[in-house]
Amino acid sequence: MDWNWGFVQQILPTLAQGVVVTIQATLLGSAVAMVLGLIMAILRRSQNRAVSGTVGWLLEFVRGTPLLVQLYFLFYILPDLGVVLSPLVAGVIGLGLHYGTYTSEVYRAGIDNVSRGQWEAAKAVNLTIRQTWLNVILPQAVPPMIPALANYFLAMFKETPLLSAITVLELMNQARSVANFNYRYLEPMTLVGVFFLAISVPAVIGLRYVEKRFRGPAQ
Amino acid sequence: MSDWSGYLSLILDGAVVTIELTVMGCALALVAAFVAGLGRLSRQWPLRALATAYIEFFRGTSIFVQLFWAYFVLPLFGLPLSPLQAGVLALGLNVGAYGAEVVRGAILALPKEQYEACTALNLSHFQRMRYVILPQALVLMLPTFGNNAIELLKGTAVVSLISLSDMTFQAQVVRAQTGSTAMPFLTILVLYFAIALVLSFSIRGLERKLSAGLDVTKA
Repeated sequence: MDWNWGFVQQILPTLAQGVVVTIQATLLGSAVAMVLGLIMAILRRSQNRAVSGTVGWLLEFVRGTPLLVQLYFLFYILPDLGVVLSPLVAGVIGLGLHYGTYTSEVYRAGIDNVSRGQWEAAKAVNLTIRQTWLNVILPQAVPPMIPALANYFLAMFKETPLLSAITVLELMNQARSVANFNYRYLEPMTLVGVFFLAISVPAVIGLRYVEKRFRGPAQ
Repeated sequence: MSDWSGYLSLILDGAVVTIELTVMGCALALVAAFVAGLGRLSRQWPLRALATAYIEFFRGTSIFVQLFWAYFVLPLFGLPLSPLQAGVLALGLNVGAYGAEVVRGAILALPKEQYEACTALNLSHFQRMRYVILPQALVLMLPTFGNNAIELLKGTAVVSLISLSDMTFQAQVVRAQTGSTAMPFLTILVLYFAIALVLSFSIRGLERKLSAGLDVTKA
């Protein structure tokens, strides 16, 4: 099987359109995951046993089932309930929900890692709840979270090809359609792999740097 | 509704395929994890480079891309794979790459004194690994291996896209035949979650069994 550069040149514009959608899905999905994760982390900490217990099981459930099936679920079932979403929006919600369950764990660990003494000291100097969170807890809790969050967003980026199963025209779907149309699989499939490697390998190296930078003094 | 039992048996047929894939994928992943993990710790640099390349390559792209590559591109190099073979290969090698880092991390996490004690007792390289390092490192690896096994289970859903009739594929068949979306997808979500729970309980049991009599400080 020989590699055909002419064919590569011919399909690159189509693949580039897919890249744009892939990146959009990753960015939007990350934003949703960040917000949903925070909400779920706060609900998980609720004093009300019923709320924290239910959310806990829900998180376990979403984490224990395949993203692909969750995407199908959102894409096929929400319209039955009268919520018609474009494939991309359904995909972004699916990605955000799935990875939100992971980011909520990051938030939880980050907040739990701030030592009790900090809370007590904040109370001792009579800070309000708002001041305690904004000036004491979050500045200490957030930096260690950054590498972990970035790690999950990278993982999400790599999972975006799943959106092709619900007809989002991202990179993988474009590659599959040009491959099926021309009946040549070598170039499109390989280019998809190369693209993901080209982003994620430098990202991993960058992440290692970020990890060192934000690990900071041991608490 | 009377047809439902027939459809349920279709889905259960799929569940068998999903479990087969999970078990075979885990077996391959375990082997790959130890080979690559120990390879990364080797004193020979070609071995280290090879293991690093394998790990970065498989962690840099998603199971989906690797599966499509294995299924559509490998035949062009004279290596035709059945969907099941391609599935086991992609899942096993992908999760094995994550497992390799776990193996490496666990071995490095053991305190230096353990190695020094082995030298003091004049144990051979093999004896040191077999009787001192691995029994302790294995306990450290198990919780993460459990998570990896669940990731692999979730990854199996992707094989439905290369026409292997796993649980997700069968749910799609049922959806096409009945027009009902909620039932098949809810059923398989619950089944996936049940399998994930069984996996995590058995890993926890194994952990208790292996750590009995060991004085390992939990990291």
